[in-house]
Amino acid sequence: MSTRRRPIVVVLTLLLAGSAVVALAEPTPARQKELIHLVRQDCGSCHGMTLQGGLGPALLPATLAEKPAESLVATIIGGRPGTAMPPWHRFLGEDDAQWIVARLMEGFPK
Amino acid sequence: MKHPLQSLLLGCALVVLAACGTVPLRESGSAVQLRGTGDLGLVIERASGHVTLVNTSSREAYARIGGLGDLSHASVVYSRDARYAYVFGRDGGLTKLDLLEARIVKRVMQSGNAIGGSISQDGRIVVAQNYTPGGIKAFDADTLELLSEVPAEYAPGKFSKVVGLADVPGNKFAYALFDGGEIWVSDFSDPKKPVTQRFQAGQQPYDGLVTPNGRHYLAGLFGEDGIALLDLWQPGKGSRKILEKYGRGEEKLPVFKMPHLRGWSVAAGRAWLPAIGRHEVLVADATTWKETGRVAVRGQPVFVMASPDGRQIWVNFAFPDNGWVQVIDTLTGQVVQTLQPGKAVLHMEFTPRGEAVWISARDDNRVLIYDTRTFRQLGSLPAEAPSGIFFTSRAARIGF
Repeated sequence: MSTRRRPIVVVLTLLLAGSAVVALAEPTPARQKELIHLVRQDCGSCHGMTLQGGLGPALLPATLAEKPAESLVATIIGGRPGTAMPPWHRFLGEDDAQWIVARLMEGFPK
Repeated sequence: MKHPLQSLLLGCALVVLAACGTVPLRESGSAVQLRGTGDLGLVIERASGHVTLVNTSSREAYARIGGLGDLSHASVVYSRDARYAYVFGRDGGLTKLDLLEARIVKRVMQSGNAIGGSISQDGRIVVAQNYTPGGIKAFDADTLELLSEVPAEYAPGKFSKVVGLADVPGNKFAYALFDGGEIWVSDFSDPKKPVTQRFQAGQQPYDGLVTPNGRHYLAGLFGEDGIALLDLWQPGKGSRKILEKYGRGEEKLPVFKMPHLRGWSVAAGRAWLPAIGRHEVLVADATTWKETGRVAVRGQPVFVMASPDGRQIWVNFAFPDNGWVQVIDTLTGQVVQTLQPGKAVLHMEFTPRGEAVWISARDDNRVLIYDTRTFRQLGSLPAEAPSGIFFTSRAARIGF
């Protein structure tokens, strides 16, 4: 039984690994949709749904222009101790955070 | 030939009709009907700048109004006659709505970034609390004309975001300064010349509440474990901290949404408060303010709301547990019900006497209505990304 199953497992692993490599470059369109919803709605609790700021700072291209992208990615993943910004690594991968930062810096999609 | 008196009578009748026309709710066509507003309310549709006006007796929506700007984190207070709603939008918009005529009466942009507001004891002053520029602004409740403002300048040149604004007796308002770590109480006895008293709060107050009797102001702290308490009957005694070190030195969990406080937290002689970064509701005696217990819950509480009779506490949760709602029985201090009303539950509101609770499920685009005794769903209404639900029973409450 188990020997017959093994090839399938191997194929699945290869498929998963393959998709993970693709995802590192850019999240899938379905994932992008989820990320847009998450940023607008849940990040929006503090940063405002229009990202013009609230308890957290504005996340508009003009306000982010001076900031290095990698530090913004690190803030999303690890949070900012001493502030209300929590770490999002439970829900977002590095690739997701990179994609979010790139979109924020050019004007976040609706 | 028409008799002069006939014309006069006809004229009077027209005047009476016209006068009536401003009061009744129009129902299907030309027929007009007088009605009160005690069972009305509204639902914020955060994504589209709309509000849906609702009737809690028929459990139906009766009108929808758009053009209210950015309503993410919108809140609402009511005029003392419970006819007009004042909607505070995130973008600083302040909109006065007429629930009977289902229309916008007046709208002003009062700041760049706002978080809510309150109305004075005498109903004449509406006050908005702002993040940018940090401070509060007072408006004439009839005309929305600016009366005065109190910038939250806690140190020279340093302005704080204002949170937790609540009305207190004496035409005063209490609020907290997130960046300044203080509680301020501004007296608007002379609406154009407010007088402000300052008190220490602690690190990063995130919201505040006034107890239903108007005596105590509580500011929840984000930057440390504890709650700042001010006895408004004895302000000379200053503020003090309660529920200190409730985290027992354990590292708190990441907080994905700030909890909200209001006077609904007091029930059965105790205050039921959300713990920051913990899956717990904290319970304190509302006379001694000592901790009397805690209730373990499904996630990090956002709203911890007592039913009007104080028998139940309904709790919703921060992302990622925002599909759950739990009910605590205040007699036993136990969770007696766990519900999954829908995706992204943002808010709950009890009908005036608490036989039902309305719950908004943002990502399902629905408002669900539950029976508070049987926990059965009584109905539901469609709404676009619904968030806050506000019924007119708030009009008569201190601290709203």
